[in-house]
Amino acid sequence: MDIVLMFRFEIILAVLILAIFIMSLRGFDTNVKCFLNTMNVLLLLNFIAGWLPLSEGSYFSDFFRTNGLIVLQKNIINLGLLLISLTSYVWLTQSKYRLEFYILMLSSIFGVYVMLSSGHILMLYLGLEMSTIPIAAMSNFNLKEQRSSEAGIKLILSSAFSTGIMLFGISLLYGAVGNLSFASVIANLHPNVLTLFAFAFILAGFAFKMSIVPFHLWTADVYEGSPIGVTNFLSVISKGSVIFVFLTVLYTLFGGLKEAWLLGISILSILSMTIGNLFALRQQNAKRFLAFSSIAQVGFVLVGVTAASTIGSASVVYFVLIYLLSNIAAFGVIGAVADSTGSESLQLFKGLYKSNPFYALIMAVALFSLAGVPPIAGFFGKLFLLTAGMKSGLYVLMGFAGVNLVLSLYNYLRVVKYMFIDDAEKPLAPLNRNRQLTTALYICLIGLIVIGFVTPIYQYIDSLCGI
Amino acid sequence: MDILSLLLVLPVITALAILIVKKDQAVRWIALSGSIIQFALAIGITAYYVSLRQAGATGNMLLESSYEWFAPLQIYFSTAVDGISLVMILMTAMVVVAGILVSWRITKQVKEFFFLIVLLSLSAYGFFTSTNLFVMFFFLELAVIPKYLLIGVWGSGRKEYSAMKLALMLMFGSALVFIGILGLFYFTGAQTWDFQEIAKMHIPIETQRILYVLLFTGFGVFTAMFPFHTWAPDGHSSAPTAASMFLAGISMKLGGYGCLRVATYLLPDAAVELSWIFIIAASIAIIYGAFATMMQKDLKYMNAYSSVSHCGFVILGIAMLTKVAVTGAVMQMVSHGIMTALFFASIGMIYDRAHTRQVDELGGMLKQVPFIGSAFIISGLCSLGLPGFSGFVSEMTVFVGSWERTGVFYRVATILACASIVVTAVYILRAVGFAIWGTVTNKEYLKFKDASWSERSAAVLLIIGILLIGLAPFLLTNLIDIDTTSIAQRFIAVVGK
Repeated sequence: MDIVLMFRFEIILAVLILAIFIMSLRGFDTNVKCFLNTMNVLLLLNFIAGWLPLSEGSYFSDFFRTNGLIVLQKNIINLGLLLISLTSYVWLTQSKYRLEFYILMLSSIFGVYVMLSSGHILMLYLGLEMSTIPIAAMSNFNLKEQRSSEAGIKLILSSAFSTGIMLFGISLLYGAVGNLSFASVIANLHPNVLTLFAFAFILAGFAFKMSIVPFHLWTADVYEGSPIGVTNFLSVISKGSVIFVFLTVLYTLFGGLKEAWLLGISILSILSMTIGNLFALRQQNAKRFLAFSSIAQVGFVLVGVTAASTIGSASVVYFVLIYLLSNIAAFGVIGAVADSTGSESLQLFKGLYKSNPFYALIMAVALFSLAGVPPIAGFFGKLFLLTAGMKSGLYVLMGFAGVNLVLSLYNYLRVVKYMFIDDAEKPLAPLNRNRQLTTALYICLIGLIVIGFVTPIYQYIDSLCGI
Repeated sequence: MDILSLLLVLPVITALAILIVKKDQAVRWIALSGSIIQFALAIGITAYYVSLRQAGATGNMLLESSYEWFAPLQIYFSTAVDGISLVMILMTAMVVVAGILVSWRITKQVKEFFFLIVLLSLSAYGFFTSTNLFVMFFFLELAVIPKYLLIGVWGSGRKEYSAMKLALMLMFGSALVFIGILGLFYFTGAQTWDFQEIAKMHIPIETQRILYVLLFTGFGVFTAMFPFHTWAPDGHSSAPTAASMFLAGISMKLGGYGCLRVATYLLPDAAVELSWIFIIAASIAIIYGAFATMMQKDLKYMNAYSSVSHCGFVILGIAMLTKVAVTGAVMQMVSHGIMTALFFASIGMIYDRAHTRQVDELGGMLKQVPFIGSAFIISGLCSLGLPGFSGFVSEMTVFVGSWERTGVFYRVATILACASIVVTAVYILRAVGFAIWGTVTNKEYLKFKDASWSERSAAVLLIIGILLIGLAPFLLTNLIDIDTTSIAQRFIAVVGK
């Protein structure tokens, strides 16, 4: 029984994937609406099941482990999964391959779970790969569009490249330590040239996945080319989960090298924030805009990461939760606009408040959250990251973070200006509202407004993050 | 629930009520009644505070209360007031009522407008009452977006540019403030955001120097301190009337209050050592602001630049670090808050009718719209510091207090600041002479209707405030006496060392 409880995330997911197969054999997916709604209900159940009593421990000689924090991270991912499924409703009704979409997405999530629960670097690597490869297929989902194929190819190539680098780092680490289980790495890791090189290569691998500057070059193109649901998935789930794992890798695995990585992480953070924000300044495509914004957001996450303590880890997890809600809401609105106009230009948002106040308000709240403006949750998320970052007393980093707060505010206010101040040359007709998207957007909205004021949430995360 | 939380809950309720109701007229009445109740509440709290003090209550701040917010990070929602925050709250409540009355005839997106106005007032109340630095910062930031939207959506002229400039510069100021606050959190050794706790700490002078400059500059941006004043003229003049009143009347005071309460009060050693930086900045702002005002033809730009100059007095008073000067700074904040609100209100009323704010295009306003003209004259006279009005007593107090700080440098700064009064007189009298007294240039203007009931009540309310401070300044000084004394003692202790 214990083992079932411990593996329940993975088991449920496997059952879901099998269920989809059976559905396809039975031709169940011919009734589009029924299929999609069933999927949403199943994912809701999956999310609820995540909150069942947890059990801690490790199996398979530490290859697989779980604890309260990992369960929480999986729950956050589950929430994102549900919301993305809801927001992609319209797009999926039009797509022919909705079944495959779900299978690929769930397989990717399976990889994410494996990665989050890994207690051994091999397992971590397997999970990471398993979570990435299906996404490459997903980004190629608009089969008629060349951009989409380009996105798929770019993603798979850059991912292969980063994997190669990371594997090289792992092999160096193996050379230095002689064993790849987390426990023995922690015990035998000493700062020397070999381990530093190993760390640098592994860091580079992760930096690719999180699209940290200077490893971000694939991001904008892939985001632009992929269908919106996939972009959403990439920016939220894929990125969020790698951030979670990155925390473990940095704090526990390479905790002994803290002196060495502090500087590296600070530089990457400064680069990501600054370049992300500067490149977002003039973007006219909504998805490219959010791609660069997400690069900048990861830069802020790295500020919090430098704290290397409970507050660092708690603030990062808290931020990812908020970031997930903000980005899903923003992509949800962009999706709604793109579905009815066929274009993703930011110009379409001009005068949106007059034509579609609901969508404009949701978008504004999401953008304010990303910019870190009170009373939206993003304010707390971002400032706690800075609070964590100040702990190490890195003044230069804080200075750059401060400048970037201003820059990012400009970026997001630009879109707010389009929506609320400017007038459209040709106002959009009222966009379609469907129940699924509206539900998801309301969940995001309520979450973004409430999270900052419901004190137990942060306390709960903090209590799980104790190091 | 304690009484101070009520002060914050009421605007929240008002804002939610505004969101719920449908009709524009209902929105207006809700906003107005909410703000009037708030004003009454503020007066009630002040009376209660005075009675507590008379009963012998000691302690720097009274009516303390604290709720858990983010306990692992030591963030508590703690509120308390002293005399200084109370006078700021009273001033805010008064300007809010007047601002809502003046905006009575706004027809574009009424609901959103009043919602943002109430949100703005909430941020001011929260800022003045909170004693936890993080919460204080939360409220400081809360005001930025409403200001942006108010200017951007309802403004005039180069509104997009001004709104963006304002938002970015204020964000820059808040970033500095936040880094400074974080420094206070980590490097005082206390790991607390509570400024009464931090005040008890002994902070090493090296840390103090960095944090003092960061915090004072950060809050200074909000007060339009030179050289970070450039958002103010553009922002004020593009904003709709009520937003200008709020910006100049209340928001600039958030900065002044922060300079005093956080930067100067918490870091007395650095303040004594480094206040010369800000005295120079303030003197430049005073002189430069006054001369810049002289060159303006647009009434709103005129008042905006004169606000830069007047807020220079606030900075000067705070940076001079004597009891009288600090008292003067607080009085100047209140006085300028009310006076500039009246100024912007009357300019707004003129603009609503004439659709121009150029001094040379107006003329003979007193003949056409006597009430508005008189209100304009009163605010002008108050601005130039005519005895009997609030401007005189507060500026005098700043000068007297500044003179108390001995040393050639301080004396020169004081003399320069005094000299600006002459320049002020020039531009005020010229504007009043041309626009209000002068001959009627445009016959169309004779058809104007004088102020409506809402405009009249707004102006009367503000004029009462001006006269009250001007004729009975002891009301104000008695209220803040104990606080300015305790602030000044910190500096005396430092100098004594």
